[in-house]
Amino acid sequence: MKYVEEFRDHDLAQNLSRSIAREVEPARQYNLMEFCGGHTHAIFRYGVQDLMPANVKFVHGPGCPVCVLPIGRIDNAIQLAQQHDVILCTYGDLMRVPASGRKSLLKIKAKGADIRMVYSTQDALKIARDNPQREVVFFAIGFETTTPPTAVAIQQAQREGLKNFSVFCNHVLTPAAIQNILESPEVRELGSVLIDGFFGPSHVSSIIGSQPYEFFAEEFQKPVVIAGFEPLDVMQSALMLIRQINQNRHEVENEYTRVVTREGNLKAQQLVSEVLELRRSFEWRGLGLVPYSALKIKQSYAQFDAEKRFNVPDIQASDVKGCECPRILRGLKKPTDCKLFGTVCTPENPMGSCMVSSEGACAAYWSYGRFRQTEQQPEPSIQEAVL
Amino acid sequence: MNPNTNRRFPTRLDIRKGSVDMTHGSGGRAMAQLIDEIFVKHFNNELLCQGNDQAAFEVSGGRMVMSTDGHVISPLFFPGGDIGSLSVHGTINDVAMSGAIPLYLSAGFILEEGFPLADLEKIVISMAQAASDAGVPVITGDTKVVDKGSADGVFITTTGIGRIPDGVNISGELARPGDAILVSGSIGDHGIAIMSSRENLEFETTIESDSAALHGLIADMVSAVPAIHCLRDPTRGGLATTLNELAQQSQVGMNLKESSIPVKPAVSAACELLGLDPLYVANEGKLICICAQQDAQRLLQVMQAHPLGQQAAIIGEVIQNEHGFIQMETSFGGSRIVDWLTGEQLPRIC
Repeated sequence: MKYVEEFRDHDLAQNLSRSIAREVEPARQYNLMEFCGGHTHAIFRYGVQDLMPANVKFVHGPGCPVCVLPIGRIDNAIQLAQQHDVILCTYGDLMRVPASGRKSLLKIKAKGADIRMVYSTQDALKIARDNPQREVVFFAIGFETTTPPTAVAIQQAQREGLKNFSVFCNHVLTPAAIQNILESPEVRELGSVLIDGFFGPSHVSSIIGSQPYEFFAEEFQKPVVIAGFEPLDVMQSALMLIRQINQNRHEVENEYTRVVTREGNLKAQQLVSEVLELRRSFEWRGLGLVPYSALKIKQSYAQFDAEKRFNVPDIQASDVKGCECPRILRGLKKPTDCKLFGTVCTPENPMGSCMVSSEGACAAYWSYGRFRQTEQQPEPSIQEAVL
Repeated sequence: MNPNTNRRFPTRLDIRKGSVDMTHGSGGRAMAQLIDEIFVKHFNNELLCQGNDQAAFEVSGGRMVMSTDGHVISPLFFPGGDIGSLSVHGTINDVAMSGAIPLYLSAGFILEEGFPLADLEKIVISMAQAASDAGVPVITGDTKVVDKGSADGVFITTTGIGRIPDGVNISGELARPGDAILVSGSIGDHGIAIMSSRENLEFETTIESDSAALHGLIADMVSAVPAIHCLRDPTRGGLATTLNELAQQSQVGMNLKESSIPVKPAVSAACELLGLDPLYVANEGKLICICAQQDAQRLLQVMQAHPLGQQAAIIGEVIQNEHGFIQMETSFGGSRIVDWLTGEQLPRIC
């Protein structure tokens, strides 16, 4: 397959593996955080860890949009779906995320709520057109990559004069979250280096460009390499990060030059800024309230804002007791450090959001990497190693 | 179904424009006419035409097998087949995976009020053709009609029976460490063909469903190597899920080699676009075979010599593993686990 197989080539992978092995300093630990779930998925699906020296570790970050959504927002969506006349349109992964009171969208759908799984905002618009007598709410989630299609849908609904379409907006922003992780006491204080470098997001960066990462590469002195989602991209980026670490550099480098520029997609940025604006703060699962880390619908498009159209209260909900999702999302714990992992929490019966999406660290560990635990002693978590 | 070819009706069914209504399930004359002019007309065989509520036939000695399968696929017509041919192939395959020679089928239809008779006839013709090609007649059946909205067009349940040749013992718990794992051809064709024809997902592809009856291929395999350990068709949940079932049943693990698993380029391209893994995409005309290592090459040759097994390949081996893990050496050069399918990748695929 053109433009796909080339980035999964076995021989190139072996070459890169040897280059990385030559590059690493044996006495040093390299803890590389991949922010995006897409990277986590690629690492597990292709077995990238097997091609890395033992002292290079991947730390899985919070870049899975399903995982970081706080339970309260799922509760809100459930309340919306239970309103008479509402059709809630959602992406598939959200269906199984556990909400308060052991509910989920999947469970209330079985009890009669009209919830439709869609593949794009265009599907949701079509459902609104086809059901003029019903209220159609699109449950929008995701990082900067999925934000432009939401903005397009809202503008399209306005142009068409659709009266029954609205968006429950939960779009979040990547740079704010990375900064939050770097500012957390575990990383800043204690003089400990938990994360030595970052794989920068690939699709997100195609929209926002590489520029937004320059500030924290400088401020926090951590190298960032924007990496594509293919396994060879991940390995090449790891090599670039290891070189920066060895040379004590902390720059933003771009491995994914075939897609990402410094400025990003200006047209998409313009479109988003027409329709959406910053929220003062937004709750992230695992990170808590993060200032200016999410988007809401502008007043001029208020009629398409489900939070204005319906009563959407602020819900403070807590995670299931014992669930380590919050710490796993910050890279402080590994899925195998969680007592619930694989005992009561499995992809069939997820207790926390990290076990739901295939981009979630727990689901990836469980589905692709479980056999490693039986072959070797579990490695100490980074927290145990340094605290 | 109570077929009676002698019964005549004053006017013929309006198959071109007519549709199913509640009287077609009433047990009365309208139902008799529907059975006569659609089902009996196309399924036409001696046992069905006896006109009883059951079909009676002679059996020889030995072990019999029986299997049943409900078909609720959406859409009803798809590239490479329809619910009719699928309902014949699916059950024949389930019977044949024991090594048996399939003998007869029954068919139960649940029709939704308002379903066009033209579509029903098209489905029945396709079913009759598939049964006749396979040499496995539909000898008894049943028709029910439900209110509009209580079903989606038509659901078909088929049951098949067959006879296992003497000396053949094929079962899911017989995989042993050291055994070879074979697959009869490229995986994921059916699921991708269905997906490409779904209303909200339409995309252009030349991929057709692989829906096919595999009993001929199996007969060749069994006659070459009667000591095959396991056979199973990787339908819902795909190759990955079916291998996990076998591993669990036999309490073994498996090692697969990703680069040896056949996948058509168009299927892997579609999977790439849709974010799917071909290992989990459904098949309707493929089988997995597990046999002793020394029989593997012989079986591979026999499979490749059959039109439905030309792309057959040895994809891995059975190993001892207390956790029942299926591991795979990825084409990229790493390793990973191949787990059960989680959740629902695509509802109503068969």
